[in-house]
Amino acid sequence: MVTLDNRPAASVASRRTSLNRGVRRETIVGWLFVVPALGMYAVFVLLPLLLTILYSFYRWNGVGPMAWVGLKNYVTVFQVPDLIGTIVNAFWLVVWFSFIPVGLGLVVASVIHRVATGRLGEIARTVLFLPQVIPLVAAGIIWGWLLALPGLINQILKAVGLAAFARAWLGDFDWALPAVGMIGIWVLLGFCTVLLLTGMTKVDPALYESARMDGAGWLQEFLAITVPLLRYEIGVCLTVTVIAALAAFDIVYVATAGGPGNSTAVPGIQIYMIAFTQRAVGLASALAVLLMILVVVVIIPIQRLSRESAE
Amino acid sequence: MRVARGELWAGRALLIVLMAITILPFISIFTTALHPSGTVPNGLDWPASPQWGNFVQAFHVADMPTLLLSSTFIVIAVVPVSLIISTMAGFAIGLLRIPGATVLLFLFVFGLTLPFPGIIIPIYILERTVHLYNTRLAIVLPLIALYMPFAVFWMRAHFVNMPSEISDAARVDGASTWNLFWRIHVPLARAPIASLGILMSVWTWNQFLLPLVLVEDPSQRTMAGALGAFQGHYATDIPLLCAGTLLLLVPTLIVFILFQRQIIAALLQGAVKG
Repeated sequence: MVTLDNRPAASVASRRTSLNRGVRRETIVGWLFVVPALGMYAVFVLLPLLLTILYSFYRWNGVGPMAWVGLKNYVTVFQVPDLIGTIVNAFWLVVWFSFIPVGLGLVVASVIHRVATGRLGEIARTVLFLPQVIPLVAAGIIWGWLLALPGLINQILKAVGLAAFARAWLGDFDWALPAVGMIGIWVLLGFCTVLLLTGMTKVDPALYESARMDGAGWLQEFLAITVPLLRYEIGVCLTVTVIAALAAFDIVYVATAGGPGNSTAVPGIQIYMIAFTQRAVGLASALAVLLMILVVVVIIPIQRLSRESAE
Repeated sequence: MRVARGELWAGRALLIVLMAITILPFISIFTTALHPSGTVPNGLDWPASPQWGNFVQAFHVADMPTLLLSSTFIVIAVVPVSLIISTMAGFAIGLLRIPGATVLLFLFVFGLTLPFPGIIIPIYILERTVHLYNTRLAIVLPLIALYMPFAVFWMRAHFVNMPSEISDAARVDGASTWNLFWRIHVPLARAPIASLGILMSVWTWNQFLLPLVLVEDPSQRTMAGALGAFQGHYATDIPLLCAGTLLLLVPTLIVFILFQRQIIAALLQGAVKG
């Protein structure tokens, strides 16, 4: 800008026309860089998104003629307990997949940060992260066996004299959802811990040093330094885990397929079942639209809170 | 750092308990896998005579070589293409700042929280219509598209922070936009591209919903999709199911142990920047 201003006016004008042509050419070239990504995104994400919304206003089995029903599918979702219940279940999963791993992760990370530096801390980081890299399907299969009647969980309960509690956890109407939640904790706790721990290492050690000089114990240090300074990381953990809970599919499909009854059915599972086994494409699409709105509505405030505090 | 001795040991104990909880499930399916096929053992019993043959049987039943090839093929088809097109788009939006860049960024960011089950139905119907259904491409194409919001957002975050002096210098030397991109900025973006590549490889390998819905034949699926099918067939034969599950996890475990530092770093960055 400065160099341009120093030039004589005439030369600026003549330069500008050639610049304009250059700018236009550059715009076209620039857009060509975006076209492949945008094209794929448009065809396989945006178009299906619009179609999902469109289908949700029809009664359709996926192949035959489509019948316009207006908002009837949405009314059905809100009226039928098995459908609206999936959204209630999704919120219960948020407690297990999100609140517990993030809360527990904060505690564990701050403990590790205080005591386990060096070799043990490094090994712990790797081990705790392991459930995050294996397929969720594998986690579901492994825990499906652990929570079975002869499985490890009941074996442990019997060993410590709690045999009365032993049951087929995933087949129990009252306990199946918390049992699925357990799987979520196992998968997500390590991830949250390691992420929060990484955040803590970025906090100025002098802060912790001076807190300890003043004789601050673990709890004071935790509440006064760790939690406030890690708001951004906590927000990230909440975002990732809340999406994992609301859009859960893999673990639930493998561990319970929504059963027993509909006690562990979440929107993802119900969309799949209604669309691909009951062939009610319109109804499944209405639930899909509601799921997508739900995720956005829940995530935006979390993002806003953590971003604001980061700035 | 001064920490009380008691606290030190309590903390270490907590850590070891947590590691045990993480590892124990794997040990349980390992001991179960060694029991005679078809029996229902207890969760953590060492068998009287370990049936190592279960792993051989699972290897044949699950058709491991085919699965490995199929998953590898899908990763190779998805990841490089996704990397190239998202880097190009991130470059145009973040560095060239083309007109409409803000709108484009918004459009991609909008897709960041989109749950896969939300749009799977039309993808299925579209692929049936154009006869992509039940081919590996049926997984590959939507997966590339579904990665675009995150990948473009990620690469843009890199390019938007590049000092403009680098581009200006290249421009003065008469470099075309393509050369500026390919010869100067792609080499400079090696680190974020590598992390993104690791992320997308892990996600692809572990992708379950797309193969489940879009490909019937397990031998054309990703590893996670094939694992789902394996469970469907052998749910009643617990030792064989455990042997198969462990076997299908072996590639993931090897890669994780070899590249743990990079994988953990990539997954953490992925969460923080997303």
